[in-house]
Amino acid sequence: MEELEALFQGFALALSWYNIGMMAIGIVLGIVIGVLPGLGGPNGVAILLPLTFTMPPTSAIIMLSCIYWGTLFAGAITSVLFNIPGETHSVATTFDGYPLAQQGKAGEALTAAFTGSFIGALVAVLLITFLAPLVAKFALKFGPPEFFAVYLLTFCSFVGTGKDPFKNIISMMLGFGLAAIGMDTVSGELRMTFGWSELLRGVDFLIVVIGLFGVGEILISMEEGLAFDGKSAKINAKVVLETWKKLPRYWLTLIRSSIIGCWMGITPGGATAASFMGYGIAKRFSKDGDKFGSGMLEGVIAPETAAHASGTAALLPMLALGIPGSATAAVLLGGLMIWGLQPGPLLFVEQKDFVWGLIASMYLSNIAGLIIVLSTVPLFAAILRIPFSIIAPIIIVVCAIGAYSVHSAMLDIWFMVLFGMVGYLLKKLDYPLAPLVLSLVLGDRAEAAFRQAMMGSKGAMEIFWSNSLVGSITTVALLMLVWPVLSFAWSKLGQLRSAGGSR
Amino acid sequence: MEQQQTQDQAPRGGLSHSGMDAIASVVIFLIGVVMMIDNYKLGAGWASDGPESGYFPLRIGAILCIASVVVLLKSLFGKARKHEIFVSWKRFKLVLMVLLPTGVYVLAIQFLGIYVASALFIAAFMRVMDKYSWLKTLLVSVAVSVALYWMFEVQFMVPLPKGPLEALLGF
Repeated sequence: MEELEALFQGFALALSWYNIGMMAIGIVLGIVIGVLPGLGGPNGVAILLPLTFTMPPTSAIIMLSCIYWGTLFAGAITSVLFNIPGETHSVATTFDGYPLAQQGKAGEALTAAFTGSFIGALVAVLLITFLAPLVAKFALKFGPPEFFAVYLLTFCSFVGTGKDPFKNIISMMLGFGLAAIGMDTVSGELRMTFGWSELLRGVDFLIVVIGLFGVGEILISMEEGLAFDGKSAKINAKVVLETWKKLPRYWLTLIRSSIIGCWMGITPGGATAASFMGYGIAKRFSKDGDKFGSGMLEGVIAPETAAHASGTAALLPMLALGIPGSATAAVLLGGLMIWGLQPGPLLFVEQKDFVWGLIASMYLSNIAGLIIVLSTVPLFAAILRIPFSIIAPIIIVVCAIGAYSVHSAMLDIWFMVLFGMVGYLLKKLDYPLAPLVLSLVLGDRAEAAFRQAMMGSKGAMEIFWSNSLVGSITTVALLMLVWPVLSFAWSKLGQLRSAGGSR
Repeated sequence: MEQQQTQDQAPRGGLSHSGMDAIASVVIFLIGVVMMIDNYKLGAGWASDGPESGYFPLRIGAILCIASVVVLLKSLFGKARKHEIFVSWKRFKLVLMVLLPTGVYVLAIQFLGIYVASALFIAAFMRVMDKYSWLKTLLVSVAVSVALYWMFEVQFMVPLPKGPLEALLGF
């Protein structure tokens, strides 16, 4: 029970007044960020990251991860009350959440959503507590070829998600390209700076994230002309208790969604896919499945539980392997490197305090988060009623400050605007942005692993099949890569066969 | 080729969604080409100690080119093409209403410092978009700037660009 001991040490660390204060600030900020259009998990964390440069890393990661939990909770508020998913992972919550609000049961829907989120997160944190150290211990044996194979697996499994695999690939390759700009980490040579000395230090991923997600999102919401006219939420102790009494009935849904969420979080399927899958599966297996969409409590619980479980589980590969499972986790991973910590399995050996402080804080902050959201929903709903003409410029100002404070460079603000326009275009053209962020953060590390592996093998690709471990990871990765092709061929074959049979 | 495409498909002369898709994929293809050329010049082969600096990015550029060609073909000949207008002029004007002032704002930061520029930026939005009274505009814009100053310079000690006004006040 080595883990439990370490966990209790983590609790002792996380339970200082300073860290609890950071937790509360993080959650409140996270909910505000999640409720506001144009701000979300990835860019909210990116904007606030420069503020933590001077903080102790453990406190910094506690605050930033709390922002992440806050944004996860907040998705439900906008979906239920305004029928506007503040984050993509809460789209499925609108299906049944908003009808409930229309029937005047907003309080019930929100309580169910938050509690479901809490349970999903708890399951994921338990999983992290017991599984992450094992994964890390196993991964200590990894050399460069194994690491590159795991990176390859991460990237290949991203290809199959989303609508168009080729757009996923493009988005990913753009990220790799941006990561390669500047000084080459292995040889020190300059790449793709085109003689422009400002590009020497490369394009910081924080700037890209703030531009793509922040400014780009504002442009999109401006074009779509969002009008916020929401339902009011009445949450009091009575509503909460009555809803809680109903929840045990949905235990199967809760468990199912938690499992789906954890799986989708560890493999980079993401919270969005998890919430849709959670909703879809609950609909198929529920005896009231045909009533889904008309305001079923179960239809709120299922996606929210899955989304939160997945968002939390995304930190497992980040901590154990140094590979983030979501865009926000990718930004957090970038933060680790800025604070001077080397992500990867060694984190569990060398930075015990940091890792276990973070894991302990996940338990505490999800309890704190549940209490905070339940007691302050009306306040946050009021934020959405602030007119867009005030909110939009403030968000742009905050983005600009965030972009500037990374390197104290004016040029970065211009880059932010540029990436805002790029983000607007890519988003409108259905290019997914998460793969871009992932490969931008991991690009240099993946490349270094690849080159070190190649140096060891003197250029022979066989090194990726040199032992059973690396060989199986590489093979699975390549299978994932061709999976869209295989499934397409399979369905075509099925169509042909059924067409042949009907003749 | 895209030109013809858009004229064929788009109703009332606007650029269709798949037309825009095609243009974007051409741009991405060109980015891939630039990546390949630049990294080829750097050396994308094998040095005595392993792959050269350009080895990895060159291949990334190549994958980018191949994927963009597929997207281009899909947007020109695919079955799932979207023929509706990419963005109508009326809605694009709204986008420009945010984008252009943002450009002016970033320019203003260089001369006025971030706090004054932010106050002016917020005030301009409030006056032009929703026509708030001068008093409300003044209150909100100044309050936000002061709050930002308090949070960043005082609480977190992150220095932000300052201009003549701050110099005058002696900060």
